[in-house]
Amino acid sequence: MSYLRKISAILWKDIVAELRTKEMFSAMFVFAVLVVVVFTFAFDLRVSGERVRQVAPGALWVAFAFAGVLGLNRAFILEKDRGCLDGLLLAPVDHTAIYFGKMISTVLFMLVVEALMLPVFTAFLGVNLFDLRLILIMILGTIGFAGVGTILSAMTAQTRTREVLLPILLLPVAAPVLIAAVKATAGILDGLTMSEIARWWQLLIAFDLVFPAIAFMTFDFVVKE
Amino acid sequence: MTMAAKTDPAIELRKLSKAFGHQVALRGVDLSVAEGEFLTLFGPNGAGKTTLIRIVASLARPTGGSVHVRGEDLGKTATSLRRHIGLISHNPLLYGDLTPDENLRFFARMYGLADAAARIDTVLDQVGLASRRRDPVRTFSRGMVQRLTIARAILHDPAIMLLDEPYTGLDLQAADMLRVVLQELAASKRTVILTTHNLEQGLEMCDRAAILNRGKLAWEGSRSGIDLSAMRDIYREATRIR
Repeated sequence: MSYLRKISAILWKDIVAELRTKEMFSAMFVFAVLVVVVFTFAFDLRVSGERVRQVAPGALWVAFAFAGVLGLNRAFILEKDRGCLDGLLLAPVDHTAIYFGKMISTVLFMLVVEALMLPVFTAFLGVNLFDLRLILIMILGTIGFAGVGTILSAMTAQTRTREVLLPILLLPVAAPVLIAAVKATAGILDGLTMSEIARWWQLLIAFDLVFPAIAFMTFDFVVKE
Repeated sequence: MTMAAKTDPAIELRKLSKAFGHQVALRGVDLSVAEGEFLTLFGPNGAGKTTLIRIVASLARPTGGSVHVRGEDLGKTATSLRRHIGLISHNPLLYGDLTPDENLRFFARMYGLADAAARIDTVLDQVGLASRRRDPVRTFSRGMVQRLTIARAILHDPAIMLLDEPYTGLDLQAADMLRVVLQELAASKRTVILTTHNLEQGLEMCDRAAILNRGKLAWEGSRSGIDLSAMRDIYREATRIR
């Protein structure tokens, strides 16, 4: 219980700080909107419904992933730059609680941005994305992405080229999550059933469990000098 | 956690070494600090003072040797031992977007304090920030931030205080305020390690002094009988480039 209380304390702190500044949220949202606008004009997506179904899943997850990178960049780098990471590490708590607190807050911020992006996507691409199965895939994909991103954010926060290094490391490692999320999204837009896209959402669930498990074993080594 | 035996020093460093790649910061430091003792660690820039403090605070891992805090190996029981350690450095470890109240409430939750509200009131009164408790920390002056840093560090009433160059960047008024808090810490018989390169500030309250130079303990001795002038001579000799 004490462990969970510390995770919730970190989550509470991140939410209060974000509600006060809205720095991370506004950057993520504006960036995601810009990605959709660029995709819409670059691929002339309103012309053909068929082309929309081919491009929309990729465009959706590229927007989510890039917005997520912005959020992850701030998860630990901001703590490090403002000298607050040591304050967290000094607390008498297993350091993995810091990882889970940060990961959950990143998932939360990403999901809020994604929820707001759904009507934007629907308006720009002309496809209805309000589907419970799609929302489930978004949640699974976001957990997997934030799971690996949070540990890499903690790693890169210790380096000088952190803002550049995070996407370079994250995108290849998170590729299985993104591919599975794109394939599952495409399947849903094509009208396939959940059992027909089972291997993709099962893969997402596997990564949602594997990355936090790896972080649980390695996080202490990552954050300590 | 087992209780420390009465004879155990509060902090004991054995052959402590730390290297960052090829850069060696500490070279086999042996140092012991008794319960309730105030030790000032002097040394020039780059002597390894901050590295030593960071290892004792369990923020960094030693390359060799060991640290025992209250008789327990810090490498094995760091999580529980951190409850007994408070750190004040030139870095405030505070969230500028949060108020003092919110900052302290967050750290109280992280330390699992039972009577958090009362304790927060007490420490804010102690550092004279009760009237500013609902203003964002980013609007504070350097001196006020350092006062809140002190409040954060003593919030969980730690038995061991680590002070890493706490006077850095403080104006005269803030430095005086810090001095008062340090006097209270010394009077409350907490174990204190203060690092500084300012001999006058360092000698003021300590029971014992040590000099670290290029990662090695160059001198250590009791404060009694050593005045500022004698300390200057000792310091010059200990930090002389040979």
